[in-house]
Amino acid sequence: MDAELSAAPGLLEQIAAVARRSITRTLRQRALLVFPLLFPLILFAINGSSLSAATKIPGFPTRSYRAFALALPFIQGALFVAIATGTDLARDIETGFFNRLALTPLRGSALLVGQLGGALVLACIQSVVYLLVGLATGVGIASGVAGAFVLLALSILISFGFASLGALLALRFGTGEAVQGIFPLLFVSVFLSSSSLPRNVIKVHWFKEVATYNPVSYLIEGVRSLIITGWDSRALALGFGFAALLVIITLGLASAAMKTRLVRT
Amino acid sequence: MSDGAAAIEVEELVREFRKGPRAVDGIDLAVSPGEIYGFLGPNGAGKSTTVLMLTTLLPPTSGRARVGGFDIVRQGSQVRSTIGAALQEAALDPILTAREHLLLQATLQGIGKAERKVRANALLERVGLTEAADRRVGGYSGGMKRRLDLALALVHGPRILFLDEPTTGLDPQSRAALWEEVARLAHDEGMTVFLTTQYLEEADVLADRVGIIDHGKIVAEGTPAQLKAEIGSPSVEVSPVDGGADELLAELLAGFGTPTHNGRGSVTVPLPGGEAQLAEIVRALDQADLHVASLQLHQPSLDDVFLAKTGRKLEGTAAETADEQPAPGARGRGRRRGR
Amino acid sequence: MRRFLYVARGVGWRSIHNTLVSPAILLPSIIFPLFFLVAFAGGLSRLADVPSFHYAPGYTSFQYVFVFLQSAAFGGVFTGFAVARDFESGFARRLLLSAPRRSGIIAGYAIGALLRWLITGTVVTLAALIAGMNVDGTRTDLLGLLGLGILFNFVAALWGCGLAMFLRTEQAGAVIQMPVFVLLFLAPVYVPLPLLTGWIHDVARLNPATVVLEAARGLLAGSPVKFALALALLAGAAALLAIFARRGLASAERAG
Ligand SMILES: Nc1ncnc2c1ncn2[C@@H]1O[C@H](COP(=O)(O)OP(=O)(O)OP(=O)(O)O)[C@@H](O)[C@H]1O
Ligand SMILES: [Mg+2]
Repeated sequence: MDAELSAAPGLLEQIAAVARRSITRTLRQRALLVFPLLFPLILFAINGSSLSAATKIPGFPTRSYRAFALALPFIQGALFVAIATGTDLARDIETGFFNRLALTPLRGSALLVGQLGGALVLACIQSVVYLLVGLATGVGIASGVAGAFVLLALSILISFGFASLGALLALRFGTGEAVQGIFPLLFVSVFLSSSSLPRNVIKVHWFKEVATYNPVSYLIEGVRSLIITGWDSRALALGFGFAALLVIITLGLASAAMKTRLVRT
Repeated sequence: MSDGAAAIEVEELVREFRKGPRAVDGIDLAVSPGEIYGFLGPNGAGKSTTVLMLTTLLPPTSGRARVGGFDIVRQGSQVRSTIGAALQEAALDPILTAREHLLLQATLQGIGKAERKVRANALLERVGLTEAADRRVGGYSGGMKRRLDLALALVHGPRILFLDEPTTGLDPQSRAALWEEVARLAHDEGMTVFLTTQYLEEADVLADRVGIIDHGKIVAEGTPAQLKAEIGSPSVEVSPVDGGADELLAELLAGFGTPTHNGRGSVTVPLPGGEAQLAEIVRALDQADLHVASLQLHQPSLDDVFLAKTGRKLEGTAAETADEQPAPGARGRGRRRGR
Repeated sequence: MRRFLYVARGVGWRSIHNTLVSPAILLPSIIFPLFFLVAFAGGLSRLADVPSFHYAPGYTSFQYVFVFLQSAAFGGVFTGFAVARDFESGFARRLLLSAPRRSGIIAGYAIGALLRWLITGTVVTLAALIAGMNVDGTRTDLLGLLGLGILFNFVAALWGCGLAMFLRTEQAGAVIQMPVFVLLFLAPVYVPLPLLTGWIHDVARLNPATVVLEAARGLLAGSPVKFALALALLAGAAALLAIFARRGLASAERAG
């Protein structure tokens, strides 16, 4: 069964082909691209202003709520990447396109990585747009130009982790509904974090607890630290750490699910 | 069929679904190289399940099968490189074009860059999609999708082709065109074709041999002619001009076999000697000066075979496979074309 | 008129029946408002400590009113989704064929929206009470609050149905939802209007939803403000959107 690999020339080329298709799909469904891009920005615009009174709370870490709020679109964008990736893959499974791929000599993990290519492109586009919008609305990046690149890297890593989660759900359950059904849960997990207020100023005790145990808080705080604090090694370590953990776990489970799904003999 | 290496060999193949039926319940079959094997059965008979197992996409519960000489369980990748498959759902991506589909498929099959383009163009030409090649598949008609599906199955030049209900939902022209192409692949290129269908006519026209599957078991197998012969002889139905003459008619026809009255004055009699006996009947009627309004020859059909083997009719297909032709008109439709 | 009521009752019954028997439809419409209540009233309560934040009953009550109105609006919007789905599945065509008075169809969907919201509204209210919300308004005030909610729900339902009938595809969902969402969030959601600064203050000041929100918060606090204006705005919106919905229906009729 493993002899096929040497027999199949250009494994990388094959992954690239699957990725190219995935990217083509992403770019051709422009309507689907716009909403995920716009929605977090609308929320950012509204909440960035509506909640500016929050900066008057004693202990609030910055004078500009907009700067504080800019971290959120990156995370919300990642959720949309998860949904888009999962839905795309689930559709392939539902239509049987997946079977077509399964009949080729391509290996499961390669197939998965290729399928995530579109997600990566989506993540890059989104992250850059969010960053530019932030800069255009007068948010300064405390960690400077280098920090902006680190921010993009972190954001893309997070999106990739969520994309693998979407892929995992699609592979596990094989339907688009299952993927979309998880969206409210993800959405809630973002809200029950330090997304709107820093943890130290959240008043309701249980909420603070939930936000502290919610890993999403650390993803947001990692991104946010680059914007409002500068180089905060603790926040960055936690942010990158949880993002990497997310990628490792979801990607690992997704490739296992891919193997089960590809029960070809 | 047992002459040397068979292209497809199946022994005692079983597939059981959890909480489901025994979708495939111990089938045996063998298909020789270059043969078109028609796998005929109603909805839910187990056709697709069999195809999925033979194409290595679904592991069997028990039993053995070899495709192209390779074991479907232990030598999956070799099997896959030998076969092409167009599964029941035309599994296409609506957002890609036909050409993109072909190039992607060719790449994944490990075909070199220059060769990919050549093959894509040749296949597009062959299935008549050259003009539509750069349009997105989402806008294709059902027939175009099926043709692209076939082209995709052929990209890597497989020796054995699996087609799961390739013509379901197609109009008669598209269906005939697909039949022609499949016949050409088998007869000119020596490709082995395993084709499932719910249409008796399709199996009849296209297949060299037919296996009838019902409830996961093969209930009959043979060439269409053999199967029909097993059921018996053709029969002829005679309707006299004078509706009251049926007694006289029956008496006359009793010389050929046991006549049955159909009401409205017509009488049917079997022709154990085949169609050749038709002339004798016409002569006898002529001598008795009995004027005949119509004379209809009934060929036994695979429908009759199915009825005889399962006690049921193959639903929904009776109308288009009714094997009735007015006689003594010649067999103008040429039922077994393309051989 | 009898035929109108007959159609309205039939469509309304089906709409609420579908909601009740399929958790996939009912649960999100209950969980989302609940969740907003938790996230806003719980997570942001510290905002009440900002100097010059004045709302006597407290932050939970402050946010409850927003979520109450939001759930009313979304009850209507979700009905728009259902209409779009009915057009996609062809069921709506059957309705058009069989209904003797077609405007009864809109009324029926609106009734469905109302019943659906009564369920979610009750759940949200109970949750807020459990979380310790203070209610300072009199019984009459609360009746007024309920009235505002019902009218708001009706306005949103007319909007959702009308647009769904114009567009007749499930993709219409985002188009129906977005304006309502934006309108609501361009009101003083988290803090009272005077605490808003910059562009959002200017927008919120002109936003009719702000009037409704402030009136509703006033009623809950027992110190009504702008109630008549809010009623008038909602009634005006209902009248305009009723025409819009009727046009939508006509467009669906023309399309067959
Ligand atoms: N994944 C599955 N899980 C459970 N049962 C299944 C599964 N796939 C098929 N079956 C069952 O196995 C039986 C055979 O199905 P199969 O798809 O092989 O039939 P078919 O002959 O291809 O029918 P059709 O003409 O409708 O395509 C059916 O009863 C079907 O319900
Ligand atoms: Mg089938």
